[in-house]
Amino acid sequence: MNNISKLKRVLEGGGFAVTAECGPPKGANPDVVLKKAETLRNKVDAVNVTDNQTAIVRMSSIAACSLLKTVGIDPVLQMVVRDRNRIALQSDILGASALGIRNVLCLSGDHHIFGNQPQAMGVFDLDSIQFVQVVRTMRDDGKILGGDDLSQPPDIFIGAAANPFADPLDFRVIRLAKKIRAGADFIQTQCIYNLDRFERWMGMARDRGITDKAYILGGVTPLKSPGMAKYMKNRVSGIDMPDEIIKRMEGVPKDKQQEEGINICVEAIQRLREIPGIKGVHIMAIEWEEVVGEIVKRAGLLPRPVFD
Amino acid sequence: MITGEQKPIDEIREMISPYKRILVLGCASCVAECAAGGEKEAAMLASTLRIAAKMRKENVLIKEKTLDRQCVRDFIISLDDIIGKYDVVLSLGCGAGVQAVAEIFPEVPIIPALNTGFLGETKDQGYWVESCLGCGDCMLYHFGGICPLARCSKQLLNGPCGGSMDGRCEIDPDVECAWHLIVDRLTKFGALDRLENIYPPKDWSRKQGKGPRKIVREDQ
Repeated sequence: MNNISKLKRVLEGGGFAVTAECGPPKGANPDVVLKKAETLRNKVDAVNVTDNQTAIVRMSSIAACSLLKTVGIDPVLQMVVRDRNRIALQSDILGASALGIRNVLCLSGDHHIFGNQPQAMGVFDLDSIQFVQVVRTMRDDGKILGGDDLSQPPDIFIGAAANPFADPLDFRVIRLAKKIRAGADFIQTQCIYNLDRFERWMGMARDRGITDKAYILGGVTPLKSPGMAKYMKNRVSGIDMPDEIIKRMEGVPKDKQQEEGINICVEAIQRLREIPGIKGVHIMAIEWEEVVGEIVKRAGLLPRPVFD
Repeated sequence: MITGEQKPIDEIREMISPYKRILVLGCASCVAECAAGGEKEAAMLASTLRIAAKMRKENVLIKEKTLDRQCVRDFIISLDDIIGKYDVVLSLGCGAGVQAVAEIFPEVPIIPALNTGFLGETKDQGYWVESCLGCGDCMLYHFGGICPLARCSKQLLNGPCGGSMDGRCEIDPDVECAWHLIVDRLTKFGALDRLENIYPPKDWSRKQGKGPRKIVREDQ
């Protein structure tokens, strides 16, 4: 596979991008990653690899991204500032670029108190916005923090996350603007269930003139059951789960609930496509990667573009 | 104020178990304010240890004394006349107090009776909260007087993470989101534009970059 970001080519070419997510295993078996990769092949433009999500120890994101590359999939390396100081972050960016990883999503990371290492020392030496700025300076100016020159700059398409549903709402757009100003080329959002609020947020972002300064991909997660919807409403930070969605999931027989979750997801994608400023969709099917192909197909987003 | 909490009594008893003559040493400053190591607490701890020793029929001498400040040499040297009577000092000072006493009396073991906590403020009776990391480069001006380094669980300098809801931190509903407070406060002062700045990475060398920090004032 060539070492060009497919995600970047789709977005710069004016296409509606599709990305998905792949959680690495809690173990050292590469086949788990490769199997997930097969289910996503030709269904999406790039695959995010999470970085010890929910602060649970897993196979390293860089390693899993590298495995994806061996089978021709364009990976998006998620990197959290929770576990690495500025030396390690910059070093890993150089390493990722050397491995041909061309997309990085710069994140704060879930707090370690929620994971299986609550006794860990959280690092948080940089925040996610500073991290975006550091990667941009490495790439565009060939310099690391402090001003030293790099012998070769990394070639990285820079991503950041946005959560339109956390509080305070007004500040969420300021924060998005800061991320874009810091150098984010693309934005992937938290999962969207409350589309009304999401549209309001996008409107505020458009008013600030920032939606054309970065590619914004709306995040969606297919629900498997009403229980999952309730769990996300009550237990997952930063998720806005309207009661109508829970009622809708509860309103169908048990054997149709997964299908209903997919319906809701496809409808959300269709509505997202109508929102000015939305340039793609990020499908986070948590440990349910096999359903992504169907969602993409039913949303009318196949076939995906192919490049030489 | 530096906060402290008394260690579990079993841990204290284990540490002092080899000794027969014990001085329980309180400190009347910060740890007295947080009700962990002042005169009253020193007396209570000494009494508890005496009762425990008596119940086990151990022949142990336990006395208590409280210094105005255990971290200041001028106060510590007042122990000069009595320290020879003891074979151990059980200090209720903060970690700085324990070390200061140990440095001045190197021949006597000094054992900590407290776990030293944080730099905080007294919110209410029996309620202390961390509010300062002692970073060495105060940024409170920029953040409306609320420190995101000490009070945001991710130490973010450029706005809240994606987890805050209804003004509460995702790590615990009892914890206020520092960023929510900052945004509210700066909005009230009409200074929200301060947060449009991208604050650069913190210079941590002022906190921990060069070993233990020192202040030397030639004019003192």
